[in-house]
Amino acid sequence: MTGKAPQHGMSLIVRTVTRWLSSFILLFGVFMVLYGHHSPGGGFAGGVVIACAFILVRLAGGKPESAQTLPDITAETLGILGPILFLLVALAGMWLGEAFLDNFLLAEENPGGGGLLSGGTIQLCELAIGFAVSMSLFAAFAALSASDVSKEE
Amino acid sequence: MTLLAPLLVLMVIGAVIAIEIEDLLSAVVAVGAVGFLLAMAFLLLGAPDLAITQLVVEVLCLVILIRATIGRRAKPVTGNRGFIGLAASGGLLIAILLISLGAMATYPTFGRSVLDRLVDVPSHTYLRESVQSTGVGNAVTAILLDFRAYDTLGEVTVLICAVIGAIAVLRPVARVGKREPGEKGEEQSHDR
Repeated sequence: MTGKAPQHGMSLIVRTVTRWLSSFILLFGVFMVLYGHHSPGGGFAGGVVIACAFILVRLAGGKPESAQTLPDITAETLGILGPILFLLVALAGMWLGEAFLDNFLLAEENPGGGGLLSGGTIQLCELAIGFAVSMSLFAAFAALSASDVSKEE
Repeated sequence: MTLLAPLLVLMVIGAVIAIEIEDLLSAVVAVGAVGFLLAMAFLLLGAPDLAITQLVVEVLCLVILIRATIGRRAKPVTGNRGFIGLAASGGLLIAILLISLGAMATYPTFGRSVLDRLVDVPSHTYLRESVQSTGVGNAVTAILLDFRAYDTLGEVTVLICAVIGAIAVLRPVARVGKREPGEKGEEQSHDR
């Protein structure tokens, strides 16, 4: 562990590979969130994969590089916006549809069409869960590693 | 089914190793092995959604745990556990085993749903009508976000509350306040 070296994070090789790899991990996470209603995956698993992509950047590049990709305060804000979006969708079901959490966007005819947007509000809820899980888990990891650093000093 | 029994045996062995080993990092790795074997067991039982979630959460937990345990010297807990305590726990285990053996005889085979025996239960309706009534192909998503969406809303709320609590406890501001010299400075930083 090179904790006392002036440069943050791990070696150059690890950081370069991370820079190439993290975007693909992020892409896979977004795919899992968006296609969770047709294939295995979904908001929770995809959200954790997205969080893993940012955590990889954090581990390899240290706090300065992580702050360029995703600042901690942004992650906390987006994470808290996730459940609020879920709640807004649920309340919209009460106003525009018939009941709390009613699927008011569902097509009347042939709902099981199989397209990307065939789920109605299910899609929005998946997106909200993805935001909540990914950003809040990354924020929790950032808080943990921040407390680690202050302990070492 | 034939692959499942060795997996379960390996999981028990991994759990015992995690408890008995002295090195903290090895214990964390053993716990991770139990989690990955559990993901494989889910896959063999035909639950890819659960397997993916288990795998991904296991990776994240392993990263966090290894980061937390690395470089931390843990004092191994040694010493006598006492004969009476050991005998009491052993007797309790045997009693629970004997009682549960009677219950196990009435169960369906491992991995089969108890509700398979009944004719008209909600789970059958969910599986039959998920595509028609919700428009999504994955029945797990249909149950999580349509039939049981209240449950998921509560789950996300619990998660975010836990994370907010963790951030509030672990934030660096409190750590900075601690380092200020003098007793009064510490009290003031607590008020903030």
